[in-house]
Amino acid sequence: MRTCLEIRNVTKEFPGVLANDHVNLQLRDGEIHAILGENGAGKSTLMKIIYGLYQADSGSVSLYGQEMHFTSPRQAIQAGIGMVHQHFMLIPALTAAENIVLGGEPGKVHYRRKENEEMVRQLSKQYHLEIDPSVKVSDLTVGLQQRVEILKVFYRKAKVLILDEPTALLTPQEVEELIGVMERLRLQGIPIIFISHKLDEVKKVSDRVTVMRAGRTVATVETNQTTPQELANLMVGREVVLQVAKPPQEPGSVVLRVDGLVVVQGHAERVKGVTFEVRRGEIFGLAGIDGNGQFELVEAITGLLPAKSGRIVFKGRDITKTSVHRRTAAGISYIPQDRQADGLILDFQLAENFVLRDFTRPPFAKAGQLQMGAITHHAERLSESFDVRPRRIHSLAGNLSGGNQQKVILAREVSRDPELLIAAQPTRGLDVGAIQFIHDKLLDLRREGKAVLLVSLELEEIMSLSDRIGVIHDGRLMAILPGGHVTREQLGLLMTGVNPEKEG
Amino acid sequence: MFWHILSQPELWAATLAMATPLALPALGGTFSERSGVTNIAMEGIMLIGAFFGVYFAYLTNNAWLGLVGALVAGALISLIFAWITVSIGANQVVVGMGINIFAAGLTTFMLNTIFGYGGTPPSIPHLPNLNIPGLSRIPFVGPALGQQNVVVYIMLLLVLAGHYFLFHTNLGLRLRAVGENPQAADTAGLNVWNLRYLGVIIGGILSSLGGVYLSLGLLNSFEPNMSSGRGYIALAAMIFGKWTPLGSLGAALLFGFATALSIYLKGTPHVSTNIVQMLPYALTILALTGLVGRSTMPAADGTPYDPRK
Repeated sequence: MRTCLEIRNVTKEFPGVLANDHVNLQLRDGEIHAILGENGAGKSTLMKIIYGLYQADSGSVSLYGQEMHFTSPRQAIQAGIGMVHQHFMLIPALTAAENIVLGGEPGKVHYRRKENEEMVRQLSKQYHLEIDPSVKVSDLTVGLQQRVEILKVFYRKAKVLILDEPTALLTPQEVEELIGVMERLRLQGIPIIFISHKLDEVKKVSDRVTVMRAGRTVATVETNQTTPQELANLMVGREVVLQVAKPPQEPGSVVLRVDGLVVVQGHAERVKGVTFEVRRGEIFGLAGIDGNGQFELVEAITGLLPAKSGRIVFKGRDITKTSVHRRTAAGISYIPQDRQADGLILDFQLAENFVLRDFTRPPFAKAGQLQMGAITHHAERLSESFDVRPRRIHSLAGNLSGGNQQKVILAREVSRDPELLIAAQPTRGLDVGAIQFIHDKLLDLRREGKAVLLVSLELEEIMSLSDRIGVIHDGRLMAILPGGHVTREQLGLLMTGVNPEKEG
Repeated sequence: MFWHILSQPELWAATLAMATPLALPALGGTFSERSGVTNIAMEGIMLIGAFFGVYFAYLTNNAWLGLVGALVAGALISLIFAWITVSIGANQVVVGMGINIFAAGLTTFMLNTIFGYGGTPPSIPHLPNLNIPGLSRIPFVGPALGQQNVVVYIMLLLVLAGHYFLFHTNLGLRLRAVGENPQAADTAGLNVWNLRYLGVIIGGILSSLGGVYLSLGLLNSFEPNMSSGRGYIALAAMIFGKWTPLGSLGAALLFGFATALSIYLKGTPHVSTNIVQMLPYALTILALTGLVGRSTMPAADGTPYDPRK
């Protein structure tokens, strides 16, 4: 088989960070080649070099034997490199067809709406990626938006398709569809680079896997001659326990009761009468596809959004109309899903971020004055016990890696000794090591008899941690299931609004 | 009485005349903001256009050369605006405000230095009014539409051309793309900075033409601060018109009508001129608070693009 894309000894250094260190990669014609690695392993940097967004300090990139020196994405596109970014590069206000032809519109001056839409329709048939070209991208589901992205690449006559974490935002069903698409493309002989940190998907779809760690390519293996355990070990460089050790435990009294809660945001009812309880010593997992009301539910419980009707009862007291501040003081801790926007103030120092919840109270403030000594001491203690790196409490939160930012939030919320921790997507975008750390801390809380409400889009996380699992779809709880005895398929169906028991 | 007033062709002629110096900068602002650069500098650029129009007309003794000079001056000042906001990435509102203050000072200073404190001489050539043959002979429509200043007709053509450009050409699509999501446009191979320069400079030329209309079309002189807030009302017209050329024209006509009505009603018994004069500004506030229809601004409007991030 011919070598399509070859990366030889590529090195890229940023101030203080060796992002790529003599990276090597060979992509063969017609194969699906996975690149596996933790966040920060250098996958994104490598892709940006291939795509012309960065220039390598040394080493070479060649396409079909010809050495390439891209200085802009435009050149990479012209040479036949097609990339689907993790965060879609689409313009929601424009139609699918407009997005696809943008930058390479046929004709000189006039935009040929009809012809372009017809051409996109043909293209979508050719690659079995059915879409309606005249629909605005903002009206498409995430799965369909991804098709637009892939079509965009083929419209530019790509010879190589690079998919950067393509399954991150998809439902389980959409992931299946994407895998189908990739397999059909392989049959058409299109080589694909598939970047992921999800072992099961890599195992399922790829022909070969290259593992990256700390900026280096540590190994390239044939997928069918390896095991997930081996891949995980290569990825993190040490033995990883994939299964979470969770001893059985009787839950205690009810800490949080949500009763017929309705939440309206904008003009839409996002939570439509949800009832459930979370008890001491249990992790209650809330599973659902993004956008089904789970985060509005969480924001209503924390007090960020008002409840339209229904009740929220915390430790026997009705807190439905209580302020955020009071709820926090009463013992509710909260890890928001967007750590950079809602969890931290990126332009503040670590020490300041550690006391965001409590800086108005002693010992951090006395008579309206911040007690810098107490704050510094607190920050030093927390960053040590939660292993925040680098341990510089006066550096800005924005300078930390994602995993360490999340540790700061976790440390702040857990150290307040809460009765209830609400964790929304606590491991989103983190690497295996950081995920494990956070899972351990959640289990610690459970063992200490705290109540944990875990909201996650990752089924694995919900399934491995939760004592009970609530599935939310379109603002309603479809079912509450015991944690130990559910399958992915069961949850997947409920998440899409199908209740097999009711219909069967 | 109401119908009587509305049936006066002069009222409609005045509406169109008053709408023109709003529609042009509103169209200009639309171009700039569609490309992603918030532009509140229309007021200042209008002043630049108004002054340099008169100045070059005075130097060359030709109103058309005055117009060309004014457009070049408007293009240059917006080139500076684009350089600071696009290339350097400074806050667009602050720089826009700076241009407004700078333009007010510069034009007043140059007026006094070049022409003295007596103001611009009355002998300066001006842009002609047109008599559209045929149109001007139709009753009512003729007096309302047929005998306007040449810039009014240019404005109408530019609005149509602007609509075609933004929504029916490849370049227009690209301009809108960088205003919505510059990163996506960049990865699609577009040059974000060049397109934004284009949007800002077209915007500056159009705003400048609005100023030329005031000085060489309507008044035949330059006076300090003669734009008197029209650049800001144009901003409201642009928002009111949902960042589209046709919508901007519609909003400008509405504001123009309110102004024309206030002029027309002056001296009419039983009508408070204060209330009538308030109309354009009340409409502006309504537009800016979003009470009249929901407008969606270009998603990346106001955000500098740094390709290295």
